[in-house]
Amino acid sequence: MKTIDFNVIVEKVKDICMAANFELSRDVLDSFKKYRDSEESSAGREIFDQLLANAEIAKNEKIGLCQDTGFAVFFVELGDDVKIEGGNLIDAINEGVRRGYGEGYLRKSICHPFTRKNTGDNTPAIVHVDLVPGDNLKITIAPKGGGSENMSRVVMLKPSDGIEGIKEYVVNRVKESGANPCPPIVVGVGIGGTFEKAATIAKKALLRPIGSENPDPELNEIEKDLLKRINDLGIGPQGFGGRTTALAVHIEMHPCHIASLPLAVNINCHSSRHKEIIL
Amino acid sequence: MAEHRITTPLDDDMLMKFKSGDKLLITGTILTGRDAAHKRLVDLIRKGEDLPVDIKGQIIYFVGPTPARPGNAVGSAGPTTSYRMDAYSPELIKLGLKGMIGKGGRSQPVIDAMKEYKAVYMAATGGAGALISKCIKSSEIVAYEDLGPEAIRKMEVEDFPVIVINDVYGNDLYAEGAKKYSRVS
Repeated sequence: MKTIDFNVIVEKVKDICMAANFELSRDVLDSFKKYRDSEESSAGREIFDQLLANAEIAKNEKIGLCQDTGFAVFFVELGDDVKIEGGNLIDAINEGVRRGYGEGYLRKSICHPFTRKNTGDNTPAIVHVDLVPGDNLKITIAPKGGGSENMSRVVMLKPSDGIEGIKEYVVNRVKESGANPCPPIVVGVGIGGTFEKAATIAKKALLRPIGSENPDPELNEIEKDLLKRINDLGIGPQGFGGRTTALAVHIEMHPCHIASLPLAVNINCHSSRHKEIIL
Repeated sequence: MAEHRITTPLDDDMLMKFKSGDKLLITGTILTGRDAAHKRLVDLIRKGEDLPVDIKGQIIYFVGPTPARPGNAVGSAGPTTSYRMDAYSPELIKLGLKGMIGKGGRSQPVIDAMKEYKAVYMAATGGAGALISKCIKSSEIVAYEDLGPEAIRKMEVEDFPVIVINDVYGNDLYAEGAKKYSRVS
């Protein structure tokens, strides 16, 4: 049994709230450079140059990459041999968010759905916990902006709709979203499971490094076809017209009910932010 | 696609020179506002009351910045998605608002109001809030401080780069741009 102190979790969560919002990971920056070179639209190439310059400023001056520093969404893998001392995990994560968003000068974007009154400290966080074997605690933050989240959907397709029905829905969703979610986007697709499972795995799919292959050959091929069809739409960087509408399409799949074909499309902006720690 | 350096406030003669796709570098004073502030402004208009800020000839930038670090004028300050303001913008345009900066498409009633009363809609680069903050020389809350990130601010900007999406002639860069590069029949 490994013991992890409540305050250690708070401090680490605080750090990754800030780091995720100030620094893009290498895979994202590399994809900006790759697509800048292949983009045919000059306005589109200029957008990539701005995004690269923005990433430099955010990292060096510790300013949010985007003013929308997001809903603090966490994916946690909690080893069954881990004991947390001095408090519980969810409280520790929320306290880390409170401090990280405060000390990091990040925007507090969480409010009451009706009154729209801001909670003032960007809590509560959304925390997905998986129990796993072992004595590690892995915490991943994926701050999620509202603009791209608003363009996301869950739909319950019919089994007869099949792979082509899934593809059509995803491509149409991107088309209808247009410039709203800040293209070039990353598209997370969750296929199967239940209504909520599809949404959760679609969000989890966004964590995969851009440019990585899907380990499932069939899904890998669907991802490549979807990326081509999405980039054929011509929406382009920021919607000004161009070849790069999406940087990547990532699919996660789960078995589903014999009556159902759940599908979730979780759209992320180009500011594909996530950071993880293992304790 | 032309490039224009302009100074606020805007007037109809200036706006008639801009075409969708043009790049503008804006210097001068602009106002900010997003969802909650727009709702309050339009509630006042509907009650026949005065607004807390004069919007005639002005630009409203749809933005809710991050808090400024000590010594900085503003935090990260990129555009938010504009369609959420569609329900309110036509009434502000009728009152003399001349420009809006955001990102993403506008509804037909907003595009029609821009054409009828002469106003333009411009896009700043979404997700480049750190870079854009360099063009903002000062920022001061002028109304609705209780709204926090959604308060109305007056910003002094210098060479703030935006692209004209909807001009006074009814053109729309989003529709034209995607059409030009589409490979879908």
